Amino acid sequence: MSNIILKIDNVQKSFGGLKALSDLNLEIEEGKVHAIIGPNGAGKSTMLNVCIGQLAPDSGTVTFHGENMIGKSPHEINQAGISRVFQTPEIFPDLSLLQNVMIPAFAKHEGAFKMNLLCSLSNESAIQDEACHILEDIGLTAQLHTHAGSLSRGDKRRLELAMCLVQHPKLLLLDEPTAGMARHDTNKTIELLKKIKERGMTKIIIEHDMHVVFSVADHISVLAQGTIIASGTPDDIRGNPKVQEAYLGGAHL
Amino acid sequence: MKSPTIKNDMFVMLIFSAIILSMPIWLKPLGAGYPDLLQKFAIFGIFAVGYNILFGLTGYLSFGHAAFLGIGSYTAVWSFKLLTMNVFPALIFSVLLSGLFAMLIGFITLRRSGIYFSILTLAFAQMFYNLAYSVLTPITNGETGLQLARGDARIIDRLFSDAGEGLPSTNFFGLEMSGYSGFYVCAVLLIIAFFISQRIFHSPFGIKLRAIKSNQTRMKYTGYNTRPYLLTAFVISGMYAGLAGGLMAATDPLAGAERMQWTASGEVVLMTILGGVGTLIGPMLGVGIIKYFENIFSSLNDQALLQAYSFMPDWLANIMVTITSPFVGEGWHLTLGALFVLIVVFLPGGIMEGVSLIKKRFSKTQANTETGKS
Amino acid sequence: MDAIFLQILNGLDKGGAYALIALGLTLVFGTLGVVNFAHGALFMLGAFCSVTFQKLLTISKHVKDESITFFDAFKDQPYLEIWFGDFGKTIIDYSVPLSILFAIPVMLLIGLIMERGLIRHFYKRTHAEQILVTFGLAIVLQEIVKSMFGANPIPTPAPDIVSGSAHIGVLFGLGESVVYPWWRLIYLAFSGLVIAGVFAFLNLTTFGMVVRAGMMDREMVGMLGIDVEKKFTIIFGLAAVVTGLAGLMYSPILPPDYHMGMDFLVLSFVVVVVGGMGSLGGAVTAGFLLGILQSFASMNEVKAIIPGIDQIIIYLVAVVILLVRPRGLLGREGVMED
Repeated sequence: MSNIILKIDNVQKSFGGLKALSDLNLEIEEGKVHAIIGPNGAGKSTMLNVCIGQLAPDSGTVTFHGENMIGKSPHEINQAGISRVFQTPEIFPDLSLLQNVMIPAFAKHEGAFKMNLLCSLSNESAIQDEACHILEDIGLTAQLHTHAGSLSRGDKRRLELAMCLVQHPKLLLLDEPTAGMARHDTNKTIELLKKIKERGMTKIIIEHDMHVVFSVADHISVLAQGTIIASGTPDDIRGNPKVQEAYLGGAHL
Repeated sequence: MKSPTIKNDMFVMLIFSAIILSMPIWLKPLGAGYPDLLQKFAIFGIFAVGYNILFGLTGYLSFGHAAFLGIGSYTAVWSFKLLTMNVFPALIFSVLLSGLFAMLIGFITLRRSGIYFSILTLAFAQMFYNLAYSVLTPITNGETGLQLARGDARIIDRLFSDAGEGLPSTNFFGLEMSGYSGFYVCAVLLIIAFFISQRIFHSPFGIKLRAIKSNQTRMKYTGYNTRPYLLTAFVISGMYAGLAGGLMAATDPLAGAERMQWTASGEVVLMTILGGVGTLIGPMLGVGIIKYFENIFSSLNDQALLQAYSFMPDWLANIMVTITSPFVGEGWHLTLGALFVLIVVFLPGGIMEGVSLIKKRFSKTQANTETGKS
Repeated sequence: MDAIFLQILNGLDKGGAYALIALGLTLVFGTLGVVNFAHGALFMLGAFCSVTFQKLLTISKHVKDESITFFDAFKDQPYLEIWFGDFGKTIIDYSVPLSILFAIPVMLLIGLIMERGLIRHFYKRTHAEQILVTFGLAIVLQEIVKSMFGANPIPTPAPDIVSGSAHIGVLFGLGESVVYPWWRLIYLAFSGLVIAGVFAFLNLTTFGMVVRAGMMDREMVGMLGIDVEKKFTIIFGLAAVVTGLAGLMYSPILPPDYHMGMDFLVLSFVVVVVGGMGSLGGAVTAGFLLGILQSFASMNEVKAIIPGIDQIIIYLVAVVILLVRPRGLLGREGVMED
């Protein structure tokens, strides 16, 4: 039994009368790739939003490395070691690719605020090298100095992944990393996810594409109507009748 | 988008200093080589360069910076009245006090962004302006404006000499603040201000400010506490405005509340966008162009216009005078407003965008001809 | 008690003007998504419609003054008087209310030209750019007016019959001495009427309902149908007319000058923010509320306690509201809350 890195305990969240999360309990093991699947509106994104401090839950706790994360602001949660890739790529469209990756690297090294306003950027070669290295891993080196805003959607997502990876987070949250991607791009992303899996980073992946889920996940949890209805290894989940019901008679599986 | 090297920055600094310091020479043939105008270039240059650190880097559009200009002016005049006619302490006080106010106002206004931030800063500027005319009259002397008087205390000056006949004039350790020497004091301060702004632009701090402008949400989820970054930028630009205000008082020891009106904030916004928001040199260009043409246009009248059109047949000249006369003299503000609209509509990136567009086109045609040859 | 009563009336008056401007501002912002800094200029232009109309009515002929017999004296006599005698005089006397007929088409036209010529191209641009371009436009409009009418305020008196004061106190059991100018009462009634009219239009017509739906949810603006652009133009024109009339009717209270637009603009933005960006009810409520608050702050008793409060009360309220309740009094969650 390995360490539990993230523990979601009895989290409730409703919007108006709508219950988005009810009695959500989840434990994430360190070093594992944990996939969350479930039908649309099951509360998957809400769950991630609670984890990174974007939403405050009505009740319940989220503990990361034994520390309560509720009430912390997003930057504190990130500094604690949680990074997130969003569903629609959140990058810095007006900055170059290199700068896009250098910014999170600075955050990792300098903390949430540092007033180094008279230092020169060109003295920061260590950070620059690190950023270049990650971009190389991702395969975006050809366009180091182009504006990130001009990238294709697929490349933007990969860039965002690079921005998260450069921080070496203890926990990486991926919100549908392949949504809206062409088959070819999806395969590229699977390769990438497998590659970073070898580094032993804990990951939570939200995904609709079962092909992706079954090729990368160590553990799968199924979320329906704001609560976990099943949890287990990929093989357990494949054979679980409750899951097949949630997915309309297993049409997706 | 390559990060500029230190060598490159030094080179730009040298050229910039040379251009600024030689302004009295090369502006003479253009009819703008006299000290008053030159001082204005330098002072508004400082104002705009500072404003650009906030608006250009973070995208936060403040309509309240005229308040800091006013605070700087009042502070400087009070320093002249109470302490000494030397501008050095006056400027230090101006910068510190406006910085203090900027911290206070920024702390409150930066809790919001977008148009809310603009309106909040506007509200603060209006409050200062209204108070300067009413309750704060003992400090600001209301509509008359704060002036020097013979009977002022001037404690430090009194230690060395008695009050002479007439009003004393401002100086920088003996250097007169009027005329060319005054310009050189302003110019050196502008160069220092520009240097600091350049360092900020090319520092990790500067690039983080740009990132906030580009996507503040991402910044937060990337582990940055964005508010202190914004507050620092706000305070720095407030201090620049205070310095500019102090220099205005130093070159002409009179401070009036109209300097605090929000249209004055509008002017610095216009200068910044005309030159090019977020570019290093753009705001300085904007200042040069606006102050230069203000000088020419506002001095023109129908007579002068008629003379300018004298090469045309009389009837045409008359029509031209009728068309153009609302735009000159008193009507300079009309020209300014129209320019504002045209720039935002057609060239939101300002002159610097225009320059880079031309450059791009030029290099493209060059590339085309080269490929054509081979 | 009497003083308080009068201050409430004063406040409602001022508040009526704020509410009308804020209403137009909100309408434009809510549907078109444009932050219009030239909105105050529309108020000013409306006031100058009454000035222009008055000038047109009093176009005069240089005639011999018959009343002076011992030397040849001349005076300017309006053509209307020459042609229609006393009836002409009456028309001139009623120039302010009559100018409404003149102002409606003029303001509509100005609104259409502004929207078609400039604002339309800024729907998709950033708020900062919208602010900048409309700020420039406001300067242009105010400078044009300045070059045409000069920098001094131009008095536009209300009709003689309502130039006095009403013994309003009697109605409320406050005694004969409590009087209030007739025209200010008329303004109050007028602003109430226009506000009611706008709300009726928005609530009772199909077009109005679609506009309201669009304001609830920016994505619903698509519901305005295929002719979205034309409908946007109409909304903008409507806002221009409402704001223009507010300025026109205000002209006997405050003689119009070229920078009145800017003064009112800043205040009405504050009103909109306090009321809640995009909320029509909020704009009206906040307008009246802030008007009354300002009136009370300008009472000598209040000023004696907190000097200068009358100058800053509105801004102070705005700052507090924005910090404590960012969405404003009646604003809905999520509308422009960042």
